[in-house]
Amino acid sequence: MSDFVHDGWSFYIAIITVVSLLACAVLLKAMSTRKLAPGEKPGTTGHTWDEDLQEWHNPLPRWWMWLFYITIVFAFGYLILYPGLGAYPGYLKWSSQGQYQDEQQQAAATFGPIIDRFLKQDVTAVAANPEAREIGQRLFLNYCAQCHGSDAGGSRGYPSLRDGDWLHGGTPEAIRTTIIGGRNGVMPALGAALGGSEDVRDVVHHVLSLAGRTHDGLRAQRGKAKFATACVACHGADGKGNQQIGAPNLTDDVWLHGGTEAAITETIVKGRMNQMPAHKDFLDAGKIHLLTAYVLGLSGQPRP
Amino acid sequence: MSAIDRPSSAAPAADEIETSLYEVRKKIYPRAVSGWFARWRVALVIATQLVFYGLPWLSWNDRQAVLFDLVSRKFYIFGMVLWPQDFIFLTVLLIISAYALFLFTTIAGRLWCGYACPQTVYTEMFMWIERSIEGDRVQRMRLDQSPLTARKFGLKALKHGVWIAVALWTGFTFVGYFTPITTLASSFANWTLGPWETFWIFFYGFATYGNAGWMREQVCKYMCPYARFQSVMFDADTLVITYDAQRGEPRGSRGRKADPQALGLGDCVDCNICVQVCPTGIDIRQGLQYECIGCAACIDGCDQVMDKMGYSRGLIRYSTENAVSGKYADTEIRRHVLRPRVLIYSALLAVIVIAFIAGLLLRSPLKVDVLRDRGAMMRDAPGGQIENVYRLQFINTDEVPRRYAVTVSGLPGLQVIVRQPIEVAPATTQAFPVSVRVDPAGLNPGSHTIEFHIADVDRADVQAHEKSRFFVR
Repeated sequence: MSDFVHDGWSFYIAIITVVSLLACAVLLKAMSTRKLAPGEKPGTTGHTWDEDLQEWHNPLPRWWMWLFYITIVFAFGYLILYPGLGAYPGYLKWSSQGQYQDEQQQAAATFGPIIDRFLKQDVTAVAANPEAREIGQRLFLNYCAQCHGSDAGGSRGYPSLRDGDWLHGGTPEAIRTTIIGGRNGVMPALGAALGGSEDVRDVVHHVLSLAGRTHDGLRAQRGKAKFATACVACHGADGKGNQQIGAPNLTDDVWLHGGTEAAITETIVKGRMNQMPAHKDFLDAGKIHLLTAYVLGLSGQPRP
Repeated sequence: MSAIDRPSSAAPAADEIETSLYEVRKKIYPRAVSGWFARWRVALVIATQLVFYGLPWLSWNDRQAVLFDLVSRKFYIFGMVLWPQDFIFLTVLLIISAYALFLFTTIAGRLWCGYACPQTVYTEMFMWIERSIEGDRVQRMRLDQSPLTARKFGLKALKHGVWIAVALWTGFTFVGYFTPITTLASSFANWTLGPWETFWIFFYGFATYGNAGWMREQVCKYMCPYARFQSVMFDADTLVITYDAQRGEPRGSRGRKADPQALGLGDCVDCNICVQVCPTGIDIRQGLQYECIGCAACIDGCDQVMDKMGYSRGLIRYSTENAVSGKYADTEIRRHVLRPRVLIYSALLAVIVIAFIAGLLLRSPLKVDVLRDRGAMMRDAPGGQIENVYRLQFINTDEVPRRYAVTVSGLPGLQVIVRQPIEVAPATTQAFPVSVRVDPAGLNPGSHTIEFHIADVDRADVQAHEKSRFFVR
């Protein structure tokens, strides 16, 4: 009981509790008998309501009175076993935190074996197992769907996991690494580095041309030179990106932040910061294994 | 001293002694009785207990026919599987029970207490065991007063042994409604019961043993709230067990051949049989009392005496306050049953029962919840379309797998993207991510109401319709 500044308060509370319980017993004893002449009935308590409604001393069964005493005995039993008397933690050392941990352990003992038996199998084998996919889907809906969507189709800023296009690689190992440690996607702001807004526009049109979108050929031609200085380091000369550093492929017409001229302009001028959080702290190896397999199984799946 | 003035304090101080305000229970030794009502009581004990002890052993479709599976929250009642979503039916069932209680009580008093209440039924069973082992009222009283001998100890031990066996069987059966009774039986036999199963078997066993063996009428007198508020449902036309004081008084013993009129006596021979057979230990001749559970043992007892005396039966009988006070003859009681109170209760009861049965029969085996993805309002789809994502939560309460088709309405050209038909395993809940697409051309930006239509592919009558929102940029 760290709330108490001084140990004395613990005793103060414990003494009040014990004295109150004893007082209950004394009160019960005092109230259960009355001095009466032989043969005399105790009559009423003298309390009268609504003119003639009286409270009578009709005798209760004696076992009923014993129930009252039992509650007092119960209270002492409770105070010995459970925390209640000031700082005394109780014989059973129960705490809400301890109960929470017990239940966590119980859940781990129950569900652990169900999940961990897949650990021995290869990720591709697990991905093909319908039961594992069912568990994987539940895990996905719990931990991943908030960003990637219930159908793993993603949305602006959150990559789709089913289009076969990977920022950091789509091998089982790469997916596992992504889930465990998370990823940071950084596109630096290049507005100033490229020069004026006309220069930026040229680069944008070159990027549009890479993806095969409608573009101004002249601008794209001019932008190619700028691209070669400012962008190739990450996206490569052919614009196919680099999964080692999470630089997206610009030629596949899959857009994380939008593929319109306005969206690409914003990306280049202001840059983008994207983060996939690390999950190693709240998912154990078994769950990460199942999720890896589930995500692997999603990828490249044709939309129904 | 105006609020508290104790009448007892007026007594002379010298004679006063400490007197307990609590009373030791006076043990009641009800005498065995036979007759029309006793046969009814026995029949109802057998009928209710055959159902209670027998029901968990029945099976249906390779599972226990009646099983309340609290762990997986599925409640099997023969062909029906109820889910927590069907809780309303339990509520309605309780309302029906309450109205039925009101109706029966208005017509004929405490029928429930006298014939069907578990407290009465188990007390009857325990008293029958007691009578078979220790003998009837007088023998039991003598046995209790006699000093402890080997015979007395043996009889008492046998009685409590049988009581405990019945009580444990009752606790076991009760738990068998919540955990499959065949596995429960084998783990009971192998002594491998789980801690909670053990606790509840012994808890209900102890409650049965304590209430039916020891507490008996004390439960009705001091614990049962129904005993206390039943008078609200009584009126002057309610059939209650009544002593006909006009015919019986003045009471007095007499020889069988004596003429009561010559002796100036009524028909009551003051044999006290009605008091001796009463399981709550009251004297019905003092009129209607809250302790009376309406078991009619006194009617059977008195009728036998009347037969022996050669008097007509019915000195104690089911009658109404109005009939006994002479407002109308006993033969007219039936005509007073259909009074407004009874008609209103009956009408309400009929309406609720019909609604309950109709609701159960028309209950859809398919329940669907549509949960819109919260992370993103919308996303771009190929061809300039806009896509929204939903999670369809299917509950198939049927015990066979089902196939469903999903369509959407609400906007022109709406398209559902999901592999059809959706297959849901028997008696399970399953989530299916579904995306919905539309060409946003000509649509106002913002929220639109759409509706999902889910239809069972194999059963035209099973459908579900759920509204949701669709966002357009």
